[in-house]
Amino acid sequence: MSAILDLFTIVAVSAGVLFFLAGVVGLLRFPDALTRLHALTKADNVGLGLIVAGLLPQAGSVLVGLKLMLVWLAVLLAGATVGQLIARVARRAGPQP
Amino acid sequence: MNEFLLAAAAAVMITVVLGMVRILRGPGDADRVMAAQLLGTGGVAALLLSGIARGRPASVDLALTLAVLAAFVSIAFVKGAALAQDTAPRPGDDA
Repeated sequence: MSAILDLFTIVAVSAGVLFFLAGVVGLLRFPDALTRLHALTKADNVGLGLIVAGLLPQAGSVLVGLKLMLVWLAVLLAGATVGQLIARVARRAGPQP
Repeated sequence: MNEFLLAAAAAVMITVVLGMVRILRGPGDADRVMAAQLLGTGGVAALLLSGIARGRPASVDLALTLAVLAAFVSIAFVKGAALAQDTAPRPGDDA
């Protein structure tokens, strides 16, 4: 059982790190501000979500596990709000290469 | 397992620091604040990974604080951008 949970942790955390890497590559390589924001929100929401999911079996206690979920929920809420606000500013500034 | 989690934390921080090249290159203010926001999220991920790996659950509280503060960075940027747009004439205006 413990080996299965460890395997789940390794797979999920690796996938989360991969999402962060993909988000940074998108942030550096995509052509304009809105597409960069698109890549960034994937890294925020899915990357951190996978890392939190992978850490849950290692948390040790229910309280720490709930706090991990709370961190992810806070980042989700902030990411959704801030994504809209930054997109509005970027759109008003006009297209920039 | 703990070594793997610490290595993952280091990998996240390295990729996020690479992403800070976007702060130098810009071109817009929105691009720069996006890289700062990614730094916040990456810091949260690295804090969680290293805290669990080293058996210090208190760093989960630190990560929660950082997540909330990183959101306020972007909110402050958006408010500042709106203020600047109200006071400065826009390029297309006749006045």
